[in-house]
Amino acid sequence: MAQHVHAQSSAATLDPPVLGAGQDYETITEAVAEIPLGKRTPFGWIVGFLIGLAGLGALQLAIGYLLLKGVYIWGNNVPVGWAFDIINFVWWIGIGHAGTLISAILMLFKQQWRMSIARFAEAMTIFAVACAALFPLLHTGRPWLAAYWLFPYPNTMGLWPQFRSPLIWDVFAVSTYATVSVVFWIVGLIPDLATMRDRATSAVKRKVFGTLALGWRGSARHWHRYEVASIILAGLSTPLVLSVHSVVSFDFAVSVIPGWHAAIFPPYFVAGAIYSGFGMVLTLAIPIRHAYRLEHLITMKHIDNMAKVMLATGLIVAYGYSMEAFFGWYSASFYERFMLWNRMTGPYAWSYWLLIFINAGLVNVLWFRKVRYNLKFMFVMSLIVNLAMWLERFVIIVTSLHRDFVVSSWDMYSPTKWDFMMFGGTMGLFLTLFFLFMRFVPMISIFEMKTLLPEAKVHVPHGHGDGHGH
Amino acid sequence: MHVSNEKTGLYGLMAEFDTAQGIVDASTKAVGAGYTKLEAYTPFPIEELNDIIHKRRTHLPKVVLFMAFCGMGTGFALQYWASTIAYPFNVGGRPLATWPAFVVPSYELTILFSALTAAIGMLALNGFPQPYHPVFNVERFTTASTDKFFLVIEAEDGRFTKEQTGAFLQGLGAKGVYDVAH
Repeated sequence: MAQHVHAQSSAATLDPPVLGAGQDYETITEAVAEIPLGKRTPFGWIVGFLIGLAGLGALQLAIGYLLLKGVYIWGNNVPVGWAFDIINFVWWIGIGHAGTLISAILMLFKQQWRMSIARFAEAMTIFAVACAALFPLLHTGRPWLAAYWLFPYPNTMGLWPQFRSPLIWDVFAVSTYATVSVVFWIVGLIPDLATMRDRATSAVKRKVFGTLALGWRGSARHWHRYEVASIILAGLSTPLVLSVHSVVSFDFAVSVIPGWHAAIFPPYFVAGAIYSGFGMVLTLAIPIRHAYRLEHLITMKHIDNMAKVMLATGLIVAYGYSMEAFFGWYSASFYERFMLWNRMTGPYAWSYWLLIFINAGLVNVLWFRKVRYNLKFMFVMSLIVNLAMWLERFVIIVTSLHRDFVVSSWDMYSPTKWDFMMFGGTMGLFLTLFFLFMRFVPMISIFEMKTLLPEAKVHVPHGHGDGHGH
Repeated sequence: MHVSNEKTGLYGLMAEFDTAQGIVDASTKAVGAGYTKLEAYTPFPIEELNDIIHKRRTHLPKVVLFMAFCGMGTGFALQYWASTIAYPFNVGGRPLATWPAFVVPSYELTILFSALTAAIGMLALNGFPQPYHPVFNVERFTTASTDKFFLVIEAEDGRFTKEQTGAFLQGLGAKGVYDVAH
């Protein structure tokens, strides 16, 4: 697999390497393993964790009050029956997609630069999916009753879910996505947990990591099965991640609402998901590599490549906008044309034009190498991209709904403080989980990074190593 | 599995190597010398070692493929049964067995079953969780997950004698040869 390729093959070119100079097995292990094993907790970590906890507190408050009062405390009401709950759901789920793309799709393509960012990008996926799942679940009003019509199980009322509804497809897609992401992540962690076990100095840490490592000892037979399982999981995650956001887009595309009923939605949603996901990976990677001095593992090559993926997917999304406009006009449907006109000139036009400005205009600065290599700018850009992708969902959902077929039912939507508290709260949940992850889990795959070293490459004498057995 | 007197109490002999190439060469020579009960331990995957020592690939992909079909069948059967038999629900006079609508959950269950099989199957075939293994008795083995490479020839091997095998491992350029207690 990918481990037998030289990291330094690009040394002669202008490209920065995927691994800094002067590294060996021990320095890589130490750089990553010392973060969770070290006794000292960095001050910045404590501050960040406390901010996360504050947000988590706000989330608990928002959920508690919601369960007490009901969903009327949110701003959504007819005709805008879906608003922050689904905007934030799609936004979070989309962010998660970059993690799977990095860990699975780029693994199949043998992209070495994925190795140092895959672990925490996948953690980002899992936490983002957890945040996303809260919204539709809580939008049901009484989430403990939602199981009756979300999950197929023989209940006493003899009811079964409506399998013809994209909302049920979404339940299957998102829960499968969450499960497979967690499984893939845990499998990827096992050898590194064994490294942590072997390097731990305290008995408690040794026991905890030892238990989690399941007895991993790195035998050739085990590595073989491990590598086969990893590539299968990557191969399964690839169609999965493409299907998840396609299914999310079906929630809209299968309906008859002008602005939603469009065949371009699945690919356009998937591209948007990867675009915002890479934005979030950059938002996380840029401060992490600086704070933990991991510049030799997460190099400028990684930042550069992620910026390029953002540029490509951003332009696909921009193409999606132009196609939406074209379809609206070409459909010759009065309602489609009105929706488009309303989106561009109506009361929410500011959100549409801001979105177009960022995703079709500003994103083009990433064509320039100087820009991609400017860390401060890339950090700001990653935040702007995520703002834009949030706006995209706002535009799609709110402007399509607020002026529908009958003029008498038109209305404006504005979120309440509980909407904002809930949304901010999920960011707190995400931050809390991510800071815990950074402190207690090796956030870069140690064993995979070692395979990038030239000394990890082996040569098998001729006549041996015929692997085609039975 | 015959264990002669001189071998009792010993799981095998462990040789330590500094480099990936070292363990590959040593494994090749040990297999060439006729040893069959041996295993290499490395800090990262060296796929060639499985080819050299075990000479066969795992059956895991076939198991996963089988479970993929099971997942697809389960997903489709569940929806068909729930929608047409257990809870027939007339939506605008459309047919009950609307199979195109059943594709998405069937697809998701295909992936779910396969992924769980790949992960659990890998762990099960590897015999995990396995808290105890004799190799952990060797103190130097804690470096096996960082930067050292180990070759263990087990006492169960027909050619194993402590002296000769020890000398053989030394001859392979091992940095150290250790007894592995049971």
